[in-house]
Amino acid sequence: MNVLVCVKRVPATGGRITLTPDEQEIDTRFLGFTVSPHEECAVEEAVRLIEAHGGTSVVLTLGPSVAEEQLRDALAMGIGEAILLQTDGREWDPIATANAIVDVVRSREAAGMAFDLLLFGNEAADTGDYQIGIRVAHVLGLPCVAGIKALEVRGGAAVAQREADGGREIFEVSLPAVFAVKEGINLPRYPSVPGRLKAKKKEIHRIVPEKRGGGLEKVRLKLPEEQQGEVEILGSGPEAAPRVVEVLQRLGIVPS
Amino acid sequence: MTTLPRDANVVVIGGGIVGNSMAYHLARLGWKDIVLLDKGPFPSPGGSTGHASNFIFLVDHSKEMTEFTLDSVRQYQELGVFTESGGIEVARTKERLEELKRRVASAKSWGVEPVELVAPAEVKELVPFLDEKIVLGAFHTPGVGVVDSLRAGTLMRERAQEMGAITVSANTETTGLDVVDGRVAGVRTDKGDIGCETVVICCGVWSPRIARMAGASIPLTPAVHQMIDVGPVPLFAETVGEIAYPIVRDMDTNMYERQNGSDFEIGSYAHRPILMEPDQIPSIEESVLSPTELPFTQDDFDLQMEQALELFPDIVGDERVGIRHSINGLLSLTPDGMPCLGETPEVKGMWSAAAIWIKEAPGIAKTIAEWMTDGCPEIDPHASDIARFYDHHRTKTHIEARSAEGYNKTYGIVHPAEQWSSNRDVRLSPFYARERELGAVFYETAGWERPHWYESNAGLLDEYGDRVMQREAEWESRWWSPIISAEHLAMRDRVAMVDLSAFAIFDVSGPGALGYLQRLAVRQMEVPVGRVVYTPLLNPAGGVKADLTIMRLGSNRFRVVTGGFSGMFDKKWFVDHLPDDGSAQLYDATSAWCTVGVWGPRARDLVASVAEDDVSNEAFPFATCRGIDLGPVRALASRISYVGELGWEIYAPMEEGARLWDLLWEAGRAVGVVPAGIGVYATTARLEKSYRAHGNELELEYGLVEAGMAGPAVKDQDFVGKDAYLNQRQQEATALLCSLTVDDHTSSSGVKRYMLGREPILTPDGGPIVDAKGRRSYVTSAGAGPSVGKHILMAYLPPEHALVGTNLTVEYFGEPYPVTVAVVGNTPLLDPANERLKG
Repeated sequence: MNVLVCVKRVPATGGRITLTPDEQEIDTRFLGFTVSPHEECAVEEAVRLIEAHGGTSVVLTLGPSVAEEQLRDALAMGIGEAILLQTDGREWDPIATANAIVDVVRSREAAGMAFDLLLFGNEAADTGDYQIGIRVAHVLGLPCVAGIKALEVRGGAAVAQREADGGREIFEVSLPAVFAVKEGINLPRYPSVPGRLKAKKKEIHRIVPEKRGGGLEKVRLKLPEEQQGEVEILGSGPEAAPRVVEVLQRLGIVPS
Repeated sequence: MTTLPRDANVVVIGGGIVGNSMAYHLARLGWKDIVLLDKGPFPSPGGSTGHASNFIFLVDHSKEMTEFTLDSVRQYQELGVFTESGGIEVARTKERLEELKRRVASAKSWGVEPVELVAPAEVKELVPFLDEKIVLGAFHTPGVGVVDSLRAGTLMRERAQEMGAITVSANTETTGLDVVDGRVAGVRTDKGDIGCETVVICCGVWSPRIARMAGASIPLTPAVHQMIDVGPVPLFAETVGEIAYPIVRDMDTNMYERQNGSDFEIGSYAHRPILMEPDQIPSIEESVLSPTELPFTQDDFDLQMEQALELFPDIVGDERVGIRHSINGLLSLTPDGMPCLGETPEVKGMWSAAAIWIKEAPGIAKTIAEWMTDGCPEIDPHASDIARFYDHHRTKTHIEARSAEGYNKTYGIVHPAEQWSSNRDVRLSPFYARERELGAVFYETAGWERPHWYESNAGLLDEYGDRVMQREAEWESRWWSPIISAEHLAMRDRVAMVDLSAFAIFDVSGPGALGYLQRLAVRQMEVPVGRVVYTPLLNPAGGVKADLTIMRLGSNRFRVVTGGFSGMFDKKWFVDHLPDDGSAQLYDATSAWCTVGVWGPRARDLVASVAEDDVSNEAFPFATCRGIDLGPVRALASRISYVGELGWEIYAPMEEGARLWDLLWEAGRAVGVVPAGIGVYATTARLEKSYRAHGNELELEYGLVEAGMAGPAVKDQDFVGKDAYLNQRQQEATALLCSLTVDDHTSSSGVKRYMLGREPILTPDGGPIVDAKGRRSYVTSAGAGPSVGKHILMAYLPPEHALVGTNLTVEYFGEPYPVTVAVVGNTPLLDPANERLKG
């Protein structure tokens, strides 16, 4: 079985976000880079599938040269190969990105190494477009299930589950197929030191992608109004309990 | 919500381990109305304490740092936050194995016990998950442990609160410091302003930024220290508590590894130095983790992972053990590797407690609190005194260059005489060009390039043959040359010129000058104009604060001359004591005067041949000074000597120095002049004469009686430390400074070895020597005595051992060498009657 998993390099946010002076990017001076939690789960899922069924796994990203770091993270977790669709760092919109991925999928197919599963994160952590997986599936004419929380491969088919109001939706699709993975499907492993060291020695296949389609243009970023949090210390120790009850009652959390 | 008081006695800025310890010790010593601020929340406001690895190794080659550390461990133990785990420093190389023997020696010198060297098999027993095939041996210190530094800080803060001495205010950012007439007047914060005359900056990596608000500088730089955490380690599942195995320092790779609960922590000082500016550090809000836990840069750590894997294959090589946490943690580095402690010279009342690590923080806080309270810290902090820095030390260029160079020496094998390679050639004497032509090998002191010896003197080696002791072992021939001894002998036979331009020189003048200096100097300052007084200065507890000469140039005019290394903290001592009424002024004339020492039996012949004045013994006796004309140079000559020879220190205007050198050099040819370096001046010649050096023999932890420098009488006038000094004179000394000579240099392998200083002095059977105050005997200075044909050691010995002829041993690289007490007190080994000096 051959599995492709696609990830995107994004700033590791957590603190207050600031923008670059031209308002085009997040200021990343104090930030590291990562992939979205969904994509991390997609990588873990790919590693588990290959561990269970054998085959090859490939991680792919489209981004600047430094996005190699995210590919190596995936390699350290156990992915077999990495492809970097290397750009000059400017943002590619979902149509152009999907087209570039399709090119890779088709050329692998032509070389006799067709993918059986194409895994994506449900959405990117920065742009949140929810589009790449679906667009790739559409162009390739493959079935696609998004937002999945479970995935099982049986013979030439896969069973995927996702959460729905009050229950679960279960899909069975024939392979090859596209899945957009949601955080929670698994608990991604931490890379081990030997994993890291092996990843370091692996070659990254660098491809300069052809930019086709698109038209979505970022005008600028804007930060939402900061919410001013008020902290009031009600007291400490057992003496504070009545005041806490009072507040909970006022908020309607416990009956008065 | 805490309301800030409008006024306080002292504001402690920074609530990491240092700030909390400071607040506690100040409260313990009776300070009231203390305010402790931090811009972050307690207990972990976001500084380096929050991500520290929290382990404490006890032994350092620096006595001062070891004392701070031992005191800190006692405090952590008393707080119940110390867990003893033991620690081992492993050697992968033979060179390191030798260095570990030196660490054993330092442990014995500073009283750290027990310690032992262990073989690979024993290492394996102590740390079963270590691959013992990688190591040649290890240095085991059972007393090593880990500490909960956040808990320690909380406990100390709470104790200060229980004493009713302190207001604590978290989330309070300092926005400014008010200074009036050179003294701190208040702290401005985003929660209100506080009037106060004393501030302690305990802001870790942010300290320079806070100090700058008051116009002062704290020369440190934030720097990255990488750490990763791997786990869960199956082996640790069975252990109880935070740590069940000794901490390992993998010295040759500049790394450490320790258990931390179910995880294994790997830290490194091996990667490229990654320095930051305090203003580049993100705010608490901007930080993903905390301001001092920056995103990990994987590439910098790749090699360290491989090295950790080599040593700990069972843990690090386990695929199930994941890298769970990895950070580029920030810590503070200084240009000389020592902390920045004490009142800043720029602003009165503003104290620095910065560049301090967990292992030494409570001990340092106690020291600073004592220093702030009565000026008498129990541990002498002179090597950490923030006043040690010259202006050029405070530049970005210097701080960054030396911090970067020092970073990879954190676990390095650093020779005691090792020279810095970065940022050299900053302070050059006017003799520099000539010295270069003579093949001077330059060592640096306080930025000055000083010849340590001259290759042009290599020919003297033949002249003196066997009288020059050669050194067979690589270690003690490193940063050394036999030429030093040859120069020495030539000086004693003929005459030498020594560049002393690194002296710090302070001119004191005004109607109150005499009274002012009388108040500081132990010796009588009411002397005729033209006299030179060699005097120690004491602190109020009677410890030796400084050791220098003062020339009386006029009735109201004096010139103080002190060493380049101690120049700046001596200057602060003088400035701090200037009279409030302005009746005495101090001018730092260091950069105005160059100095050349001309000494040796032919010194008078040399100087007389170019002097317009009478320089005979009758006209120019010992311990006097006056202006003389040397050719076109009007110089000040002072007839004293730190080498025990006839001659003068000759002071000339800096710009006339080159001419002066040439004049003396040309005239000297007729009498066989040689240039001599600091190797002679500061070591060989001094030791033969039993002259003491500040920082070696003289420090706050010893008094003048012990140093053998108590004169026959004490002057009537009052001076700082007089009461304590009089008291010391009444007591039996608990230790006496002695000169010892080495009886046999031959090691077990047949190689002759020569001690370099700081080694433990032991009884003949190798037992420790401890005085009644608990101080160990160790070598304060060591060096060749070419004219006496002996290798000389100085050491304080308790009275029962301080008897001429007593046989003891010195431990050097793990072996005992027999030594004999040659002199008790300051009688010179060479020329005890000082005939050469006074001839």
